[in-house]
Amino acid sequence: MSEKPIQGERRAFLTGNEVVAWAAVASEAEIMFGYPITPQNEIMHYWTRMAPKFNKRFLQTEDEISAGFTTNGGVLAGLKAFTATSGPGNTLMQEPISMAEMMRLPIVTIVQQRGGPSSATVIYSQQEVNLTTHGGNGEGLRIVYSTATHQELFDYTIKAFNTAWKYRFPTFVLGDGYQAKMREPLTIYDPEVRGIEMVPAYKFVGKPGKPGVDRPPTQLRNIFNMEEELFEELGEQFADFEKISPQIAECEQFGCENAEIVVTAHGIVARAAKSAVKDLRERGLKVGYFRPITLRPLPVKELRDTFSRAQKVLVAESANGQFDQLLKYAAYGITTEMVPLFKPGVGINSEDIYDKVMTMLAS
Amino acid sequence: MSVQPTMPKSWRVDTKPHKFCPGCGHGLVLKALGQAIDELDIQDRVVFGCDIGCSLLAWDFFNVDTVQTHHGRTNPVMTGIKRANPDLICIGYMGDGGGYAIGSQHLVNAATRNERITAILVNNAQYGMTGGQMAPTTLPGMKTETTPYGRDVDSTGYPCQGPEMVAAITREGAYVARASVARPVPLKNYIKRAIENQMSGNGFSFVECLSTCPTNWRTNNVETINFVEKEMTKYYNVGEIKVPDPKEPLGIKTSIKVPTGGIG
Repeated sequence: MSEKPIQGERRAFLTGNEVVAWAAVASEAEIMFGYPITPQNEIMHYWTRMAPKFNKRFLQTEDEISAGFTTNGGVLAGLKAFTATSGPGNTLMQEPISMAEMMRLPIVTIVQQRGGPSSATVIYSQQEVNLTTHGGNGEGLRIVYSTATHQELFDYTIKAFNTAWKYRFPTFVLGDGYQAKMREPLTIYDPEVRGIEMVPAYKFVGKPGKPGVDRPPTQLRNIFNMEEELFEELGEQFADFEKISPQIAECEQFGCENAEIVVTAHGIVARAAKSAVKDLRERGLKVGYFRPITLRPLPVKELRDTFSRAQKVLVAESANGQFDQLLKYAAYGITTEMVPLFKPGVGINSEDIYDKVMTMLAS
Repeated sequence: MSVQPTMPKSWRVDTKPHKFCPGCGHGLVLKALGQAIDELDIQDRVVFGCDIGCSLLAWDFFNVDTVQTHHGRTNPVMTGIKRANPDLICIGYMGDGGGYAIGSQHLVNAATRNERITAILVNNAQYGMTGGQMAPTTLPGMKTETTPYGRDVDSTGYPCQGPEMVAAITREGAYVARASVARPVPLKNYIKRAIENQMSGNGFSFVECLSTCPTNWRTNNVETINFVEKEMTKYYNVGEIKVPDPKEPLGIKTSIKVPTGGIG
C-alpha cells in the first residue's frame, strides 16, 4: 500500500490542471487514459509524474476515441479510471461517452473548454456546454459540474468520482482553459480528513467464479433487437436520472429574494458575476446572483423560484447562448425577460457585467 | 434420434441455435474459439469483446463475461480492461470493417504497443450486417452493393493485407496468423496459440479468419466453399505469419541511458 498522496490538508499554489491531477490521486483514481490536446495536457503531465510514487497507471492512446473506450474498459475491469480532453477531442470523446451512457459506466471526464467550432483557439471558451451536457446520439444522461475556482476543481473532481460510482452515470468536470492554466491558492486535502467517504469501485467483468457455473456471465450490450426493448431500457434510465437529479443538482445564490435584476452565469464567468453583483449591492442596488453548479441536471426548482421573482435576468456566458438555452428550457412558462451578455470564446470580467446591469437599470 | 455434435462447454446453451445466417462462417470461428477456451480451461478468466457488424450477434454467445462495444472500438475496450486487470484474458472479436476500416487506427496502435490482448478478425470480403457493401478486404472485381460493377482497384485499392501489416509493425513476442473456416483444425490451433501467447505475456496476438457470407455473396454451398478456398486464397495466404521466437529476448530494447527529453 503506497502512502497517502496528501497527508491531512495543506495550502497549495497550483495551476488548474495540476489541481485536477492532485484531486484524481486523492480520489483514489487508479488509471488515466489520455491523448494530448491543449489546454488540458498538464493533467497528464502531473499524473504521470505522480504515478510511480502512488502506484498509478497511465496509457497515452492513439486518439480521444481510444482514450474514452480504454477508460470504459478500465471501469469495466473495476478500476476508478478517468480521462481529460478539450474541444475537438471532446467531440471525439462523445462516442465512448455514449457507450458509457448506454451501459451506465461510471467514467469521469475532465473537460477544459477551448474555443470552437473546429480547432478555433487553444485558450478559453464556454462553448462546450451543449456537447458536454447533451453530446452523443443519446439523451444526455450524464452529470456535469461546472467549476469556477481552483478550490472547486479540487472539490468537484473528488465529488465527480463519488457521483459516478454511486449513481453510475458518466460524470464530467467542466472547466476551461483559464482555469486550466491559471495558478491560484487553494487547500488540497485527504478526503477522509474532511469526512468525505470515497465510494469504492467494483468490477463489472472478471468477478470471482466461473460464469455459467458459479454465477451468470456479465453480458453488456448496446444494441437491441426491437424498438420496444430500447424504449423499456431507456425508460428505466430516465426514471433513475429523474429520481437522483434533486440529490445531485447544486446551485449558489445570494441577494435574489428581493432582486430586480438577477445575474446568472456558470463556471469562471460566475466569478465575474459574483464580484459585479457584490459591487452593485454595495451601492444599494437590488441585484442578485444565481449560479448553477450542475449544468446537468440543472437545479430546476431553485432556478424557477429565483427567475420567477426577478424582473429581469441577465445571462452572461462565453458562448453564444448555449447556457442560455439550457436555462430557458428549465424556465419555460416564466415570463421574466432574459437579457443576453454573450461573448463566445472570450472572457467576461466583472466590469462587463457591472456596466451591463447599470444599463439595464437605467432603461 | 440423431446424434448432435457436441458444443464447446464454454458456449451458452440457452442462446443456441445462434443468430447467424445459414452458411455463415462466424459459427465456425466461434466454435473454434469455444474449443480453445475449453482446452485452456480459462472460462473464468476470459473477457470477450465483440464489435458492431455481424460480430455483435456474439454478445451472449459464450458463458464468459462479454462486452459489446462500438464499431471498430473493441481493441481499445479490451486494452483498457487488460491494462486495468492483467489477470484477465481479453479476446476482441471483430469483422474486417471494424478492424481494417473504421477501427484501423486502434488495430495499428494496439499492435505497435504490443498490447497483451488477442484480436480475432473475421474476413468475409464485405460488410455483412449492413447489406453487403465493399470492405477493405473485397477482392478485385468482386461485386458488392457499393461496387455493383466489381471492385475497381484503381479507384478503391487492393485487398487489405491485415496480418502482414500487423506482423510488420509488431515487435518480437507478437503472434500473427491467417486461418480459414474451410480448415477448422488449424483455425482452432491458431486461435489457441494466439490466446496462449497473451497468457504468457509475450505480446499482441492476431488471427484473421477467412470466412463465408453466402447471404451477401449470393452463393450456394459449393460456390461458398469454392470462394473461400479458391478465390480468397489468391490474395490471402493462410498460415502462421509471425510466431514468437523463444530464443529472442522479449520486451522493448532500449539503450542503457534512457533519454529523458529534458524532463527529469
